[in-house]
Amino acid sequence: MNQTSHTPTAGGDHPRPAGAVQGPQRRLRLAAYPSLLAMPALLLLIAAMGYPLLTVTLRSFSDPAWGLQNYVWFFSTPVNVTVLWRTFSIAAWVTIVCVIAAYPYAYLMTAVGPRLRLVLILCVLVPFWVSGVVRTLAWVILLQDSGIINSVIRLLGFDGVKLIRTQTGVVIGMAQVLLPFMILPLYSVMRGIDLRLVQAARSLGARPARAFLQIYLPLSLPGVFAGAIIVFILSLGFYITPALLGGPRSTMLSTLVQSQVLSLLNWGRGGAMGVVLLVATFVLLALAAPLMRQRHKQASRS
Amino acid sequence: MRLAPFRILLGLFCLLVAVWLVMPTLVIIPMSFNEKKSLAFPPSGFSWQWYANFFTNPDWLSSFFNSLRVAGLVAVAATLIGTLASLGLSRMKHAGAGLLRAILITPMIVPGVVLAIGIYAVYLDYQLVGTTTGFVIAHTMLAIPFVIIAVSASLEVFDVRLETAAASLGADRFTTFRTVTLPLIAPGILSGLLFAFVTSFDEIIVALFITSPYLKTLPVQIFTSITRDADPTVTAVGTIIFIATTLIISAGLIISSKSTRS
Repeated sequence: MNQTSHTPTAGGDHPRPAGAVQGPQRRLRLAAYPSLLAMPALLLLIAAMGYPLLTVTLRSFSDPAWGLQNYVWFFSTPVNVTVLWRTFSIAAWVTIVCVIAAYPYAYLMTAVGPRLRLVLILCVLVPFWVSGVVRTLAWVILLQDSGIINSVIRLLGFDGVKLIRTQTGVVIGMAQVLLPFMILPLYSVMRGIDLRLVQAARSLGARPARAFLQIYLPLSLPGVFAGAIIVFILSLGFYITPALLGGPRSTMLSTLVQSQVLSLLNWGRGGAMGVVLLVATFVLLALAAPLMRQRHKQASRS
Repeated sequence: MRLAPFRILLGLFCLLVAVWLVMPTLVIIPMSFNEKKSLAFPPSGFSWQWYANFFTNPDWLSSFFNSLRVAGLVAVAATLIGTLASLGLSRMKHAGAGLLRAILITPMIVPGVVLAIGIYAVYLDYQLVGTTTGFVIAHTMLAIPFVIIAVSASLEVFDVRLETAAASLGADRFTTFRTVTLPLIAPGILSGLLFAFVTSFDEIIVALFITSPYLKTLPVQIFTSITRDADPTVTAVGTIIFIATTLIISAGLIISSKSTRS
């Protein structure tokens, strides 16, 4: 940031000796220059995101009549509250599963040689090489009652487990899709941790577990927070995976929004649900942002 | 070492995670050669019929070309607009830069369905449902954040003193940009282009809402064929996409390693 901020002055320094008349004019253009470059992006964003979201919000208050009736309906219908609660609980489960799976994985990425690290990174990136919908279909194949996972479980001598059309199946599928968003920030934080700090703790007599808990874990927390927030927020809005892997008892809020608008043509109620989802997302983000920034500062200070 | 069992445990756990990550991609490949019209594992027999179906069925082919066309246009538009925005952001001095960047990246965070119903509502008013223009506008908006992130990353390591040097040697702003800045941030722009293409090629939620029988993209076609019948053509499509991506990425790696060597 420091470096880049020099640009306008650095560029403007040169022509100044050429002539006093040209100077101010040139500087004025340069001063107006940078934010203008971002205008096309901002205009498109306002037209293709701002305006549609405003429309949804307006309809939630005005369709079929002005007032709060859509929100009253949303929060007084038990099914909706159940689904809202379930959406948060599935998002929480996905986040927990991602943290547990990603933490050792990201640590291993920092601990191995370059060749094995490349393999580990490839394993994180390969899921992106296949279309998201196709990947969900693959989970249907894996999770179905006659699928690979159930075959392995039976081979080991256990009874088959019902995975498809259950919340467990949805969590397994969603966590796999979101795992890279947890692993990559964790890895980038862990790579920056000075391992000599852990060695110092060990040399001062700390057991490995204590050195980990008191030195390594706190230093890696910014990565955990960053990844967990991204995973949680992205899970809240998931639509395709729960629609294909879940059953009626694992419906998430997105599916309800979709059926209100497309099947029931009820823009008011669908809009109200959408606004609830949107507000939840941004409130979470606003709550998490200062927390993440603070942790970052702490980590860099120590 | 007392730590040995811990290391073995760590290795096994990570192996399990790696299998979990890669398995869905790999399971698609054998399924695509299935002889029977079923998605039960393991597949039986061997046949190319699902590939043949993809290349002969007009539904699949037209949706594939629709996706290519939309994603190509989106890649160009999003890269242009996104690169301009990143250049602007990197040159802004005041605190507004951070806020503007945050605003420009919000499409990544807004829940897909909420955005989709909003876009659907607006498109119904402006007759943009089922049009290439509609798809390109929506997907470009969704792709710009990825371009901004990719280009900003390469602008961050870009040494601005090089621009000063070029200017001090008499180059005007445009020449400086074309001969110094652009070649140095080209890798960022290229990866932004790729991300934008993939974002559009893979986008499903907004596409499901603004699609029409006359304009379907590939993900929409895949989704409807999964929900309607267990058509194994999907696995053939998945395999083709996987192999194409692998080839493109390997080619990119080979070219970049050659150019750094020479």
